[in-house]
Amino acid sequence: MLDTQAASGEDGYITPDGRKIGGVAMEMRNITLRFGGVVAIKDISFDIRWGEIRAIIGPNGAGKSSMLNVISGFYHPQEGEVIYKGFRRPKMRPYQVARTGIARTFQNIALFEGMSVLDNIMTGRLHHMKANLFQQALWWGKASREEDENRAQVEKIIDFLEIQHIRKTPVARLPYGLKKRVELARALAAEPSILLLDEPMAGMNVEEKEDMCRFILDVNDEFGTTTVLIEHDMGVVMDLSDRVVVMDYGKKIGDGTPDDVRNDEEVIKAYLGVAHE
Amino acid sequence: MPDTLLFAMEATLNGLTAGVMYALVALGFVLIFKASGIFNFAQGVMALFAALTLVGLQSGQIPFSHLINAAFGTRVHHFGWNMPTFLAIPATVLVMIGLAVLVERFILKHLVNQEPIILFMATIGLAYFLEGVGDIMWGAEVKALDVGLPKGMSDTVDTLTYNWFGYGFYIDRLELWAAGIAAILVASLTVFSQYTKQGRALRAVADDHQAALSVGISLRFIWVLTWSIAGIVALVAGIMWGSKSGVQFSLSLIALKALPVLILGGFTSIPGAIVGGLIIGVGEKLFDFFMSPIIGGATENWFAYMLALVFLLFRPQGLFGERIIERV
Repeated sequence: MLDTQAASGEDGYITPDGRKIGGVAMEMRNITLRFGGVVAIKDISFDIRWGEIRAIIGPNGAGKSSMLNVISGFYHPQEGEVIYKGFRRPKMRPYQVARTGIARTFQNIALFEGMSVLDNIMTGRLHHMKANLFQQALWWGKASREEDENRAQVEKIIDFLEIQHIRKTPVARLPYGLKKRVELARALAAEPSILLLDEPMAGMNVEEKEDMCRFILDVNDEFGTTTVLIEHDMGVVMDLSDRVVVMDYGKKIGDGTPDDVRNDEEVIKAYLGVAHE
Repeated sequence: MPDTLLFAMEATLNGLTAGVMYALVALGFVLIFKASGIFNFAQGVMALFAALTLVGLQSGQIPFSHLINAAFGTRVHHFGWNMPTFLAIPATVLVMIGLAVLVERFILKHLVNQEPIILFMATIGLAYFLEGVGDIMWGAEVKALDVGLPKGMSDTVDTLTYNWFGYGFYIDRLELWAAGIAAILVASLTVFSQYTKQGRALRAVADDHQAALSVGISLRFIWVLTWSIAGIVALVAGIMWGSKSGVQFSLSLIALKALPVLILGGFTSIPGAIVGGLIIGVGEKLFDFFMSPIIGGATENWFAYMLALVFLLFRPQGLFGERIIERV
């Protein structure tokens, strides 16, 4: 990670609360995404820096989720390029993108409902397992050591997100808020370079929201995880994020610190004005 | 010991071994259903196709020879050599893996995110296609399959039981072997799906495609893997049934016997397939033994289906299937 920071040749900045933000981790250059005749994203550029919490906000249908899907490889933009760790990223399938260290959660929770919480989180570590099939089947050689390491990492995350009490529970039985937390745990288990959260607090009550907020901040503090999140709750976004991209009708209409964005004429007109009155 | 009890015990033993043969077929269904939510109608035909390929390779038959002869006026039919079994089986495994790749490339890839019923229809198509290809490739005549498994009455069991009870049980040695092989198969499949990365990925794909992609699992690879394993299980079932009653079209119909097994055991459980098979096997034999004198013979033809019907009424998810939870 340090190498790529150096390679990007840029220094970061210091946040108001004193955290050091690094160089550019990912840069979106002139991204345009169309579905047939509908333009979902129109010529958008922005960057994501190492260690920061970057929010994408905007009214419904602004193209936020589409943008997240471009980053995670679920959608392929017709124009523009994604620069990741200093290199232009070729067209990749979602699972290939995941293997480059980009983990995500989904707006409408995509967990393995039939598996236990522990098993779900373990799937996050699949591509950290290198032992071959026979070693794994026989628990022999590299396999058993790897399994131990992976379990240790997973237990750390389970502790961290305070879900010890449900580790053996099948996910299907969990309430909504806990499912969201398990999904976050699975994404974290991959030890991602960039963590993408698609509306991590959608549909939560106040208490659950506060918990989730705390976890996102703690994760960033503890593991230094670069986080990109989409969120509707303005209060949450302004509290959490270091920098905010504002989208409206597929276009970028604002980009900057929460304070900058809050005072931006166009942003107020498009979004905040409507939301707050 | 009264004779009736002895006969019933013999029937039970025979039922157990016959049940293993049913379970072997059911296993293939469970594997694909678990991994992709598809009920693979072609499983029985895959067993037939695998057995045909094995016999064809063993006897050095030229594939598509009828077609070649018709097209070019030649009269070829055999290469003139016999492939030893220990080579022919791995070669057939390769053919089944090739088949899995083709199924993924030409069917599954184009049906991502479709309703299960559409995928089911596709497998019906595949079944008919494979049946035809099997015929054209290897010919339609009944073939004997011999991979060196022992057949006929087991003398050991006969002597042993004669010494114990004064009455020798008749057990087919082939079915004893089938039981052993099924045990090894199930053990390795369980270890594979529970303890390996690929197994975990396979279960993940079965559960949620999108989530699987997001943790870096390649759906296409997993599908090829699943269908390859199902192909190998089909080969094992094909070998066992083929050795027992010859390789012929009716082999593909054993798939029908797997249906009640699946309904009993649950479509998603490997142990369920085994236990379901055993229950059907034993139930069939015992029912026949006790009821035939009263209601007439041939109960084996319908008993399994009736039992399945009863299960559908009272426990539709099967003995080991995932519980159906209705959330309101």
